[in-house]
Amino acid sequence: MATFIDRRLDGKNKSTVNRQRFIRRFKGQIKKAVAEAMNGRSITDIDNGEKVNIPARDLSEPVFGHGAGGRREAIHPGNKEFTAGDRVARPQGGGGGGSGGGQASNSGEGEDEFVFELSREEFLEMFFEDLELPNLVRTQLAKATEFKSVRAGFSSAGNPANIDVVRSLKGAMARRMALAAPYTRRLREAEAELEQLLAAPPVDEKRAQELLAEIEHLRARARAVPFIDTFDLRYSNRVKQPQPTTQAVMFCVMDVSGSMDRARKDLAKRFFTLLYLFLKRNYEKIEVVFIRHHTVAKEVDEQEFFYSRETGGTVVSSALVMMADIIAERYPTSSWNIYAAQASDGDNWHHDSPACKEILVQRVLPHVRYYSYIEITPDRHQSLWEVYEELKASYPHFAMRQIDGPADIYPVFRDLFKRRTA
Amino acid sequence: MSQSSRLITESSEWTFPMLERYNTVIGQIAAEEFQLDTYPNQIEIITAEQMMDAYSSVGMPLGYKHWSYGKQFVMTEKNYRRGQMGLAYEIVINSDPCIAYLMEENTAMMQALVIAHAAYGHNSFFKGNYLFRTWTSADAIIDYLLFARNYVAECEERHGEETVELFLDSCHALMNYGVDRYKHPAPLSLSEEKQRQHEREEYLQSQINDLWRTVPMRNVEAAAVESRRFPAEPQENLLYFIEKNAPLLEPWQRELVRIVRKIAQYFYPQRQTQVMNEGWATFWHYTLLNRLYEEGYVNDGFMIEFLQSHTSVIQQLPFDHPYYSGINPYALGFAMMCDIKRICEAPTAEDRHWFPDIAGQDWIKTLDFAMRNFKDESFIAQYLSPKVMRDFKLFAVLDDDAQDELEITAIHDDPGYRRLRLALADQYNLGSREPNIQVWNVAYRKDRSLTLRHTRYNRRPLHAESTQEMLKHLHRLWGFAVRLEAVDENGKVELVGECPSGRH
Repeated sequence: MATFIDRRLDGKNKSTVNRQRFIRRFKGQIKKAVAEAMNGRSITDIDNGEKVNIPARDLSEPVFGHGAGGRREAIHPGNKEFTAGDRVARPQGGGGGGSGGGQASNSGEGEDEFVFELSREEFLEMFFEDLELPNLVRTQLAKATEFKSVRAGFSSAGNPANIDVVRSLKGAMARRMALAAPYTRRLREAEAELEQLLAAPPVDEKRAQELLAEIEHLRARARAVPFIDTFDLRYSNRVKQPQPTTQAVMFCVMDVSGSMDRARKDLAKRFFTLLYLFLKRNYEKIEVVFIRHHTVAKEVDEQEFFYSRETGGTVVSSALVMMADIIAERYPTSSWNIYAAQASDGDNWHHDSPACKEILVQRVLPHVRYYSYIEITPDRHQSLWEVYEELKASYPHFAMRQIDGPADIYPVFRDLFKRRTA
Repeated sequence: MSQSSRLITESSEWTFPMLERYNTVIGQIAAEEFQLDTYPNQIEIITAEQMMDAYSSVGMPLGYKHWSYGKQFVMTEKNYRRGQMGLAYEIVINSDPCIAYLMEENTAMMQALVIAHAAYGHNSFFKGNYLFRTWTSADAIIDYLLFARNYVAECEERHGEETVELFLDSCHALMNYGVDRYKHPAPLSLSEEKQRQHEREEYLQSQINDLWRTVPMRNVEAAAVESRRFPAEPQENLLYFIEKNAPLLEPWQRELVRIVRKIAQYFYPQRQTQVMNEGWATFWHYTLLNRLYEEGYVNDGFMIEFLQSHTSVIQQLPFDHPYYSGINPYALGFAMMCDIKRICEAPTAEDRHWFPDIAGQDWIKTLDFAMRNFKDESFIAQYLSPKVMRDFKLFAVLDDDAQDELEITAIHDDPGYRRLRLALADQYNLGSREPNIQVWNVAYRKDRSLTLRHTRYNRRPLHAESTQEMLKHLHRLWGFAVRLEAVDENGKVELVGECPSGRH
């Protein structure tokens, strides 16, 4: 006898909990591996999962076992040339089993590295752990302009498209039962009486006729209760709930003047990508605005932003003005969380820097949640840095850091967004 | 009925009605022709992922949560994805009803093979073998695992996941030392377990405290106590000893030790009957499917596919093959089972000399007896025939660190048979495979330290690195210093390690 059970549909991901625990348990090692992987790979595929190497010995589960040495006799199959009493040299190293060695698997040898793959979610989780979006204030509910329609039970009025058939028919059935109840009760009595009458002759014809008439009458009355009434109709009710805004716009501002070479642009790109991924984890919807500038600013698409080359001087304020205009025009602060990241090599036309400060203070900083500036230069700072430095003191949501090379990106990013305990 | 109308299918895709058909036919042949006594079967179709799940929780259908199962899962998944490893075609659980998992990816032939192998082969072994009968309660295991899982979850809620996990780590490390090798266990029952648990918690705590009582005794008595060892006899079941005697454990920790111990006990027979169990199941799937073919239930295509799969299962690589990894239990077990049948049916003069008791007997009864009353070690010692040793070309290698070279001590020839057989049996003896470590003494009048003794066998030392780790685990459970001594064949005792180290 046997019972067949199809389990294919249930119990998916039963091991997820154990897997999570495994990852939590080796968080230290995994994080290290993630950070290393970060430096190693191209930023464009950061959004994938990651292979993680952990030294196998770190996660071994020890048991009491025999070590090498002592005297042991092992049986092996496949003898070709040996006869009893033969002596053979002890094979060197444990690899490959060999003839001697006994049970190599018992002596605790194994792979040197334990490699496994983190899913994209897990990878990003590790990657951004302990990081926090500064000033992550969801746009105030009061200002909310977005609504979400949610179910809210049933109502007795509504439009025909929303009729809930089951509900309505349930109501109708209850009403029918209630309204017909007096008749059906009497009907049962009359029927019982009639049956009694007919069962015991002599039959009282007159009474029987009366009863038959009454039964007929009652049936008609019961039938007359309408099957469904407008009164029964029920409509699914939906109400609109104001939704806090969960959309963000990210401004990427980059200097593309002659002094920004390919390598520097690449660094900037990495930084922007990180920021983008990070925002993506916090907001449902993200728009990215790319603004590049030399002496004049231009809003471009991603491809052009990173790959086309321009030369010329540098006027940073042009980009800032453009950003302020775009914010005013397209991204009202009531419904958008605005983040800005600016990358530059620090070059600016000398007289422009005070103007930059002015624009930031007046038109940009009041609207953005966070403004980060990275300067990609191994050299000493120029006027822009100094001006920005003054801003830093008075605006907590303005941050600036310097990046020397690819290895700095991740630490600087972490530093900018690390969870503040205050 | 004509031959062709009996044919169950020509398709390689399986369907549920087809599986039922296979199961009915196989079950009928198994029970009526070969008298296999089985638990009722519960055959479950699962996906590859679910198979990996089952795999990583060592085949327990509902395990408690622990990171090591996650690790196992990650490892299995990785190997599977890379194609380094095919999944097991089946997992079968020693329970009543006997649960067998079939993977949906299998072909119709594989499903039939697995039904024969697991649902009738393993199943009858679980029901018949004396170790399983003594040590496991097939009808209660699912309930007990459920109890364990809920209990662990409850502990995690009360004491924190990490605390519980670390504690379980230590218990797992000692899992192999959590079995009673000789004493019979009481049968498990969920309700009793639950009911007893509360009483046990309170009562035990008071007992243990009594052991550590500091009320002074009279001098004479004290001196007598001083010289007496506790425990009076060495204890082999380390987890049991810890559960009952570790001074600092909370009641819930004792319960966890107990759970791990019970589960270890449940798997103990499996570790001792690998060759027999797999050999038995392989022998039966081979025999049953061949009968199916003879009866016309399956066609030539089926048999070719089956034999291909079967031969790869029972393949035995020679020792000098790059992928050699020891003796294949399927191969050895299958060969021995077939050999017993051969000895019964067509004994040679050699067989009559070696096995006068079974030569020419009824093979079904003989095999049944062998299955019921042996474990790997004794089964090999009893039934390994010269023919099988010759077929496998077995030879014995002595590796003695006192000698520069390895010595071939015996090969598959007349003078070597007995030595080979003994040595191979010993290779499956858990007692010699695992270091013999027992509780020797608790210094309960002094620093409460626990002393274990490793009795060396053939001068084989412990694996140094893992031993240090193990002492840490023991220390976590015991709560006071733990010391490990080794005793050599001459009775000389030396200290191997202690935790925390550096104290005397």
